[in-house]
Amino acid sequence: MIRLSYTDRYQITRLRTLVTNIFSLAAGLVVISIIFLIAGVNPLFAISEIFQGSFGSMYGFKETITKAIPLILIGAGLTLAFRAKFWNIGAEGQMLMGAIFSTWTGLTFGDALPGFAIIPLMFAAGFLGGALWGIIPAILKIRYAINEVISTLMLNYICAHILTMLIVGPWRGATRFGFPGTDNLPDAAILSVIPGSRIHYITLILALACAAILTLAIYKTRFGYEARVVGENPDAGKYAGINFFKTTLILMAVSGGLAGLAGVGEVAGIHHYLGYPASVSSGYGFTAIIVAWLAKLNPLYTVISGIFFAGILVGGDAIQISLGLPAATVEIVNGTLLIFLIMGDYFLHNKITVSFSRT
Amino acid sequence: MWTMWKAASPNNFNPAAVPGLMRMPKSRGGCPATLMKKIQRLEMEGISKSFHGIHANKEINLSVGSGEILGLLGENGAGKTTLMNILYGLYQPDAGQIKINGRPVRITNPMESILFGIGMVHQHFMLIQNHSVIENIALGYKDTPFFFPKIKIREKVASFSRQFNFTIDLNKKIWQLSAGEQQRVEIIKALLNGADLLILDEPTSVLTPKEIEELIIILRQMKADGHCVIFISHKLDEIMNICDRVVVLQKGSIVGSADTDQTDKKTLARMMVGRDVVFNISKEKLTKGQQILRADQIHVTGDMGLPAVKGVSFDLYENEIFGIAGVAGNGQRELAEAITGIRRIDSGKVTINGKDITNLSPRHIYDHGVSHVPEERIRFGIAPGLLLYDNAILKQHHLKKFSRRYFLKYNDVKTHTQGIVDDFKVLTHSIDNQIRNLSGGNIQKLILGREISEQPRLLVASHPTYGLDVGATEFLRHHLLKLRKQGSAVLLFSEDLEEIFELCDRIAVIFAGEFMGIFDSDDERLCEIGLMMAGSKRI
Amino acid sequence: MEEIIISTLQRAMVAGTPLLLATTGEIICERSGILNLGVEGVMALGAVTAFIVTMTTGSPWLGVLAALAAGMVISVIHAFTSVTLQANQVVSGLALTMLGLGLAGMVGKPYVGKPLTIKMEDITIPVLSDIPYIGKALFSQSPFFFMAVGLALVSWFFLQRTRLGIQIRSTGENPKATETQGVNVFLIRYMSVIIGGGFSALAGAHLSISYSKSWIEGMTAGRGWIAIALTIFALWNPGRAIWAAFLFGGIFVAQYLMQPLGISPNFLAMLPYIATLLILVLISLKDPRKLNAPAMLAAPYKRGER
Repeated sequence: MIRLSYTDRYQITRLRTLVTNIFSLAAGLVVISIIFLIAGVNPLFAISEIFQGSFGSMYGFKETITKAIPLILIGAGLTLAFRAKFWNIGAEGQMLMGAIFSTWTGLTFGDALPGFAIIPLMFAAGFLGGALWGIIPAILKIRYAINEVISTLMLNYICAHILTMLIVGPWRGATRFGFPGTDNLPDAAILSVIPGSRIHYITLILALACAAILTLAIYKTRFGYEARVVGENPDAGKYAGINFFKTTLILMAVSGGLAGLAGVGEVAGIHHYLGYPASVSSGYGFTAIIVAWLAKLNPLYTVISGIFFAGILVGGDAIQISLGLPAATVEIVNGTLLIFLIMGDYFLHNKITVSFSRT
Repeated sequence: MWTMWKAASPNNFNPAAVPGLMRMPKSRGGCPATLMKKIQRLEMEGISKSFHGIHANKEINLSVGSGEILGLLGENGAGKTTLMNILYGLYQPDAGQIKINGRPVRITNPMESILFGIGMVHQHFMLIQNHSVIENIALGYKDTPFFFPKIKIREKVASFSRQFNFTIDLNKKIWQLSAGEQQRVEIIKALLNGADLLILDEPTSVLTPKEIEELIIILRQMKADGHCVIFISHKLDEIMNICDRVVVLQKGSIVGSADTDQTDKKTLARMMVGRDVVFNISKEKLTKGQQILRADQIHVTGDMGLPAVKGVSFDLYENEIFGIAGVAGNGQRELAEAITGIRRIDSGKVTINGKDITNLSPRHIYDHGVSHVPEERIRFGIAPGLLLYDNAILKQHHLKKFSRRYFLKYNDVKTHTQGIVDDFKVLTHSIDNQIRNLSGGNIQKLILGREISEQPRLLVASHPTYGLDVGATEFLRHHLLKLRKQGSAVLLFSEDLEEIFELCDRIAVIFAGEFMGIFDSDDERLCEIGLMMAGSKRI
Repeated sequence: MEEIIISTLQRAMVAGTPLLLATTGEIICERSGILNLGVEGVMALGAVTAFIVTMTTGSPWLGVLAALAAGMVISVIHAFTSVTLQANQVVSGLALTMLGLGLAGMVGKPYVGKPLTIKMEDITIPVLSDIPYIGKALFSQSPFFFMAVGLALVSWFFLQRTRLGIQIRSTGENPKATETQGVNVFLIRYMSVIIGGGFSALAGAHLSISYSKSWIEGMTAGRGWIAIALTIFALWNPGRAIWAAFLFGGIFVAQYLMQPLGISPNFLAMLPYIATLLILVLISLKDPRKLNAPAMLAAPYKRGER
């Protein structure tokens, strides 16, 4: 007879967190392997192919960094929202809104202004767009007690349709020969890349800076403290005289704004024009949720977890081509890994003891 | 994974490991109530239980027989509730056994204990607030039919009410009932299930004096009917008044037992605390100073949208403790929240040192020197997942002392926290601990420390000693008197009359949101305070 | 004119059917105190399972059963993380959605765009279906429609008029108190989550084998999320869910009705999502006590916590 019992674990060290996370990811990979097996794919080959594709070659690694940029930006913003227990699932929409705002700015002023002026302007516009789209669910939650999971998701769909409406309608470019999409941004409005790659380094630097600043903000500032108190217990926040309205608005503006910045990077750094929603973002807003979670809601760690999941995205693309797997494979990998990360949390917070007794 | 789930489920016990043990049959038909006779005697032998390596119960032996009311006396945290939860099947003991009528039994979950004839009325009622009385009874009744359960329950309760002279509206929602009525629902639930042994955990803490008398009548009747009753309390008077025999617990062990007619309060108190208790704190005579608080015709709305405070006026001076006595739920919480800015004041005016603070934000009111120990401490007082030192500056984090522009001065915060932990004897292994890991009493000490340490002009304290052990209570009361001596004013809300009389200079009695009168503490008319608390007398 | 009204009503009923199934399932789940945000994923998995099984066996009913089973099995994951491991239910539900959508996309890839030739015969109730205007819409429908309405009514009955229903609702209100009454709240919650998942999968099955008779990725189009919003709109009452779901079915249909008016189809496609936000605003104006939300919804329950 095997008996298991569990007790709370009080002290959780960084090392234990790291080890638990690694074990969770490994266990997730085992289950993913089983799914691959059932799908008739050699799992060892598939998994090695994923990591070969993303970290195994210079080209792959560059791609991984490219895709890590939006994940770090969005993931860092989400850590702030999640810490305040604001479940912002709408980063996808906020990112698209950022793309829309910055595209408009780029197309309107791009020819008139030099690069050093237009690019900050576009980032500012993108931040504004994302922030506005992030503030809506915050207001809905504060004023009307509307669950933010639902409202942010609905806003994702709404934003995707607005974008489509624009690119098939008023914004359709003359150079697109009738296909949906805006004209290319003027050269001044395009982000330069590290030669030989698609890494738009300005956004990368911005992402790293944001992660660092947010870490400082969460752990060292009054605002971060207030956000954490409100997230832990809104009633205690009220008792402590913390302005719930203001705190939530600011943190959602930041969270949405960072997603907006990611949208700017994708448009101005990669695509150079605004196309269909699915081409602007390949689900970064959702993947970033796992990035934030794996980082244990610490913005600084999103740099690492962002690169890791960017690797899975790139590797996923690689196996799609080499093994003929569908695009949805990446979603299976993501979903499974997230489930195992949550499961791992249990073992982080509870000590399981196994005892054997003879019957 | 599957075995994991089983481990976490209520029945992680392996009957085969204990040979010769009587095991309750799984099927409903052969329930032990029919297998066994009525409980004549229940014994607990050598019961031990520890949580996180700390003994909650250690080698406990006790027995109770039919027609007997056994008192279980002990301070908060002495292990009384844990012991009874073991008997009720909520926890499994680490060692020891339970015998009914001399036969060992194993109780692994509440349903089994119900079937054995054990009923329990928990201190915090196990009722579903949003459900009706009838649904609550149906949930707990062992023979509730699957389809249309309410019909049968209605019949059952009707016949039962006639027998015990209870009247209760079955269609009312629990939240619409008074505490006394809710307790009655709990007792009905236990008796309907045919409980021979009834456990009552601190049953009087929420009742008015009149309701307590009614409860005693019910208990005496049950005793006459041959039921066993275990009565848990930390109040000596009640134990002496109600029980036949008393067992005293201290730090998880039994430290003594006696028949109540052969002992006295003083002996029991010494057993309970382990030393002599000073029953009267000496209060210095002080002359009151300047006016600090003035409340004028305050009206406040409660959670249910009904008026909770109706035109209350009073003032409060330096060197004064002003007590508000009353049974819970008569507007005390709303009044405290209104003064401290958590709740809106509909009309009326509150001034501190002559400055109008009506409906300012809690932070501004704090800045005027008003501290607050809230009634619902876990709900308002802490952010459970944050660390001790984060919680130690809740409300104060914006002060210059702890923050510089946008940044918090965490070094100073930690020093400050360590100070509170040392001064108020908060038991924790580190100030880096999440506060949720602390026991209720320790959380309370931290909150008190936080609110008192900044030398408030006015301290609004709601039931500050509720749930504290005797030592901590004494310590805290001395602190309140110290504040008074230093020139602060204290507004003390309490249901504990002993506390009110001991500490306060003036006392107001609140009923249904109105003051029934304001008295000096030596006013002779206060002998009728019980009547005033029940709303039947106004002076 | 009569033609338009009848066909509009009928199509509103058809569009509302999956919403009703999923909403009923989510209501049962949330009544036990577990928030399941995995509806969208489970729905997609149900859709693909039903489609494949129907196509390969030729029997739509086998397809329905297979979808039901798939939905129940995948929901065990959410039950395990949120009940046994007391994990964050929001994140766990999102993970379930990702997994469900992913599995559906992977398994269904070879079937994308293939038409389903096997038809599920509509059920027509003789006399009633001759009632003018509403007769055809209400009494001559796919079996899914009757299943959805039937399950909603049965669920209402179970929640309100049986011992089990009281136990489920009590678990969502106050698991601790419920457990002290001798109820196994773990079992109740597992059961509710699994049943809820099964219902969501049925909703998916309706989409693939009855509504559009084909499978493509993303065909659930946020219906799972709308169902979660409808759960609130229905005040956690399966009876109210019936008209809430069909009202929303009407909004889905309105898109097509308004197209001839020259409004951008992309704008019209936004309508259900905007309407979802609007109804949530409307419902929030209600007195919170009457809102009747399960008190302990989404709060992890740990046994034996002191």
